[in-house]
Amino acid sequence: MSFLANNDVLKVENLVGVRGDRLLFEDLSFELTQGSVLYLQGANGTGKTTLLRTICGLSKPYAGNITWCGEKIDTLAEEYYKYVLYIGHLLGIKEDLTALENLHFSNALSGKQVSDNQAINVLKDLGLAKGLNLPTRMLSQGQKRRVALARLWLEDLPLWVLDEPFTALDIYATNFLKQKIEVFAQAGGMVIMTTHQEVKINVPKFAELRLDEKIDENLAEKVA
Amino acid sequence: MIEVKLPKVLNNVNDIGTFSVLVQILKRDIRVALRRQSDVAAVFFFFIIAASLFPLGSGADPKLLSAMAPSVLWVTALLSCMLSLSRIFASDYADGTLEQMMLSNQPAVLIVLMKILAHWLLSGLPLVLVAPLIGLQFNLNGEQLQVLAISLLMGTLALSLIGSIGAALTLGIRGTGVLIAILVLPLYIPVLVFGAGAVNAVSIGMSPNGALSLLGAVLAMALVFSPLASAAALRIALE
Repeated sequence: MSFLANNDVLKVENLVGVRGDRLLFEDLSFELTQGSVLYLQGANGTGKTTLLRTICGLSKPYAGNITWCGEKIDTLAEEYYKYVLYIGHLLGIKEDLTALENLHFSNALSGKQVSDNQAINVLKDLGLAKGLNLPTRMLSQGQKRRVALARLWLEDLPLWVLDEPFTALDIYATNFLKQKIEVFAQAGGMVIMTTHQEVKINVPKFAELRLDEKIDENLAEKVA
Repeated sequence: MIEVKLPKVLNNVNDIGTFSVLVQILKRDIRVALRRQSDVAAVFFFFIIAASLFPLGSGADPKLLSAMAPSVLWVTALLSCMLSLSRIFASDYADGTLEQMMLSNQPAVLIVLMKILAHWLLSGLPLVLVAPLIGLQFNLNGEQLQVLAISLLMGTLALSLIGSIGAALTLGIRGTGVLIAILVLPLYIPVLVFGAGAVNAVSIGMSPNGALSLLGAVLAMALVFSPLASAAALRIALE
């Protein structure tokens, strides 16, 4: 089975991103089709996170359109979130709950339910076997990130929006995640991600987008 | 609507409906609160101690005590509810779980309503249960205690609902405690007037039904509009 939609699934048209009164990017357009992985590049403060949050619908674009299967994402509202999985800079993990409880809750928010065994297996694969019953407050940064990333193995959502997913991960976990992304893309999934690490992802539809080259100084002054 | 489907990664991932998701949210909020029992207990004991200070400070005139009981108990309930308001959203905002909830495929309004309900179960309901006991210190009779409990039952829920708007609006701002108070206390006035009014009515031998009906109307309004307003405020806070 693959995507039933033949056209571009996620389409970004003439997007302008503004943070406060600073222009981050303008006239940004791209499309994602099944199996594409898009790497966002750019120095700190070039608007990578803002772009990701805009694609998720958390931030409103200053101008421009984002469509999912031809429909605007703000028209789709919750319907759109049946397809999007966002793991941001904040991990979305409750430190008082255990890894398993956190994972079950994240799944529930996506409208999914998995058995304890499935969830435990994924957490074990991610090297969290020892900390299963500890509140996540006791875990290290890298382990917390693994708990947050465990959702990727359990929820069948077609668009992943990942903000710096490799941060704080060790070599083993980085490779494990890289392979997961490759498998996911081969199966028809779409990924938009930012990273500062040099992680080469081998998929046919791999694209890079540099945000810092997108700034037009004149327009920057106009918006300010 | 075009269907986008992926090959299933796992065979046993079940889709669950809105109701199950909402129950999970409620359970999770309660579970988190119970792991930080001191927060819940603090509000409860604040109410008991603050309300008990009045009989100690105002001498042993039973008439004076029972006359001031409705307003004292209601104002202390209102203040203790306000103490815990920032808890509804602040920690979820800080660790990113709030943005995940806003990215859920369930309506944000219902999610917010569940969070408010959890807040009420943990900070409002205990006050309702202990208030008749505190009322005894104020020389209230059986009927007065009964009406006090009923008015608090409806009133504290309205307080949690209305307060959530203030909690959502002040997210991400430093020093929110006083700001929430300034935003929310004026909105609490109708709840206070009708809640304390119901108990006062019984004290002078009138029926509390009028005040209770009005309190019910405030509750109904709050039930409809507060989650909408809070959800909209949360979206702004998360931008």
